[in-house]
Amino acid sequence: MNSASPILEIKDLQAKRGGVPVLDIPDLDIRGGEVFSLIGPNGSGKSSLLLVLACLLPWRRGFLLFKGSSITPGNGLMAYRRKIAMVFQEPLLFDATVSDNVAAGLKIRAMSRADIHRIVTECLDRFGIGHLGERHARKLSGGEAQRTSLARAFAIHPEIIFLDEPFSSLDPPTREGLIDDLQRILKETRTTAVMATHDRLEALRLSDRMAVMKDGKIVQTGSPEAVMNHPLDEFVASFVGMETILSGEIIKTGSGTVMVHLQGGDIEAIGSARPGDRVICCIRPEQVTLSTGLSQESVSTRNTFAGRVTRIVPLGLFHKVSLDCGFFLTAYVTSASVENLDLKEGKPVFASFKATAVHLIRK
Amino acid sequence: MDLILEGIQKAFSLLFTLDPEVLGITWLSLAVSGAATLISLFIGISIGTAVALVEFPGKRIVISLINTGMGLPPVVVGLFVSIFLWRNGPFGFLEILYTPTAIIIAQAIIATPIVMGITLAAIQHLPKNLRLQILALGATRLQMVWLLMKEARLPLLAAVMAGFGGVISEVGASIMVGGNIKGYTRVLTTATVMETGKGNFDVAIALGIILLLLAFMVNALLTQIQQKQRPR
Repeated sequence: MNSASPILEIKDLQAKRGGVPVLDIPDLDIRGGEVFSLIGPNGSGKSSLLLVLACLLPWRRGFLLFKGSSITPGNGLMAYRRKIAMVFQEPLLFDATVSDNVAAGLKIRAMSRADIHRIVTECLDRFGIGHLGERHARKLSGGEAQRTSLARAFAIHPEIIFLDEPFSSLDPPTREGLIDDLQRILKETRTTAVMATHDRLEALRLSDRMAVMKDGKIVQTGSPEAVMNHPLDEFVASFVGMETILSGEIIKTGSGTVMVHLQGGDIEAIGSARPGDRVICCIRPEQVTLSTGLSQESVSTRNTFAGRVTRIVPLGLFHKVSLDCGFFLTAYVTSASVENLDLKEGKPVFASFKATAVHLIRK
Repeated sequence: MDLILEGIQKAFSLLFTLDPEVLGITWLSLAVSGAATLISLFIGISIGTAVALVEFPGKRIVISLINTGMGLPPVVVGLFVSIFLWRNGPFGFLEILYTPTAIIIAQAIIATPIVMGITLAAIQHLPKNLRLQILALGATRLQMVWLLMKEARLPLLAAVMAGFGGVISEVGASIMVGGNIKGYTRVLTTATVMETGKGNFDVAIALGIILLLLAFMVNALLTQIQQKQRPR
């Protein structure tokens, strides 16, 4: 199949849950073989959309098309459900052994004992739980249980797999291992995957494309690179980790660059706009560098501002440093730099970032 | 003290000599309560599961009614079954009052809400997304219900025990609709009541011990099955 042709499409779809509208999706397509992530805060409709795509939540109006043909409860629903699989945040294992759990979907399809045994063995090995086959599901660790749940989903060789926050209840090392394995297995089996997650880094790592959701609507769809660096609005910008979001007005335009006037300073940015346009400037914190003196390099960068450290929050590998430069700016600084620059609250510093690091959103 | 010791002595002699009358009463108790439990399982599990899975207006009221039914007083059931089966009653033409069938009907009515209530709670207690997970595995609606019941098998066995325990030990309804007719509708509980009334404490104790043993053996068997299913 052409990997760019949609395997699953949504047209003009609206859904309610308990009488409350939860989804309003005019258009969405999932391409064959891709990993597609739905990201958004809790209650944004990711899980509902996933359930609709898996045909597990009835919708009020609109269409769901699988390889071009419409799926409705009366038409093709069972056939469709037998081509998909789903993994939830909770492993939802049956009160039985690991092998019996992985065999569940195959037993539902009334496969022969020999086939079931072969596929189960293969799937257990694939997820690195071959030694747990006879273990009872209630005796597994969180990571082992989620591996079992994933093995059960992959056992039926689904064309599309739906993952609803599959790693959220796992501790970080367990999560790391499982994400790596899942990524490898998705690639090996060329399975199309749709994953809901509130963790943008997880989505960034696994996805070919992603969609940001808010209040049951899709706000932006695109490659992880495009969504992370070119958010379409303030909500997406803050959700994808643009720590600095400032409103301003264009005062000057040059060749491909513009000058934005903010309260407390002027910022140079790349883009095309007309003087007088109201814009929002978004700056990723990892693009901001700090220094205590003006070096040759920072002088050549136009966006250099003197400011004062207002707050330092340690985040493990790096520190989140908040600055007051007349406007508020946030920078991520490695722990080593915090020590070298002897950063502390109240200390005067210079902050600089390139014009290309500023993403402009037209108001 | 002598009274009790003699009673126990007599009880064991009745047991070990396999007194035909006592055996007959024991067998009838087992058969009647067993049949009533089977009927209650059939009705209770299917309706209990349906109520647990289907959303409909007034569901809460229905659940409260079922839960109230779990404590249905046997004498009230006996009274209403008697009225319905009375010669001039709506089902008088069946002519089954004072037969073992009447006792089975009354006991089934007592056990059904118990089984239904426990089934309902057991199915509702399963994780909410489990149903969706099973459907996503490609199951039909029937396969889903079967897998859910399988998942709830331990509490469902508890329902069997509670249902059987409730009816084998019940006396009010059995005496009212069965009549305690010797060799026909006399069961362990009604016989115990009668013998105690007559002052034959030895026989009453014997019957009481048999009743306890019977309840114990059936529950031990079911418990054995239930505990074997638990993870090692």
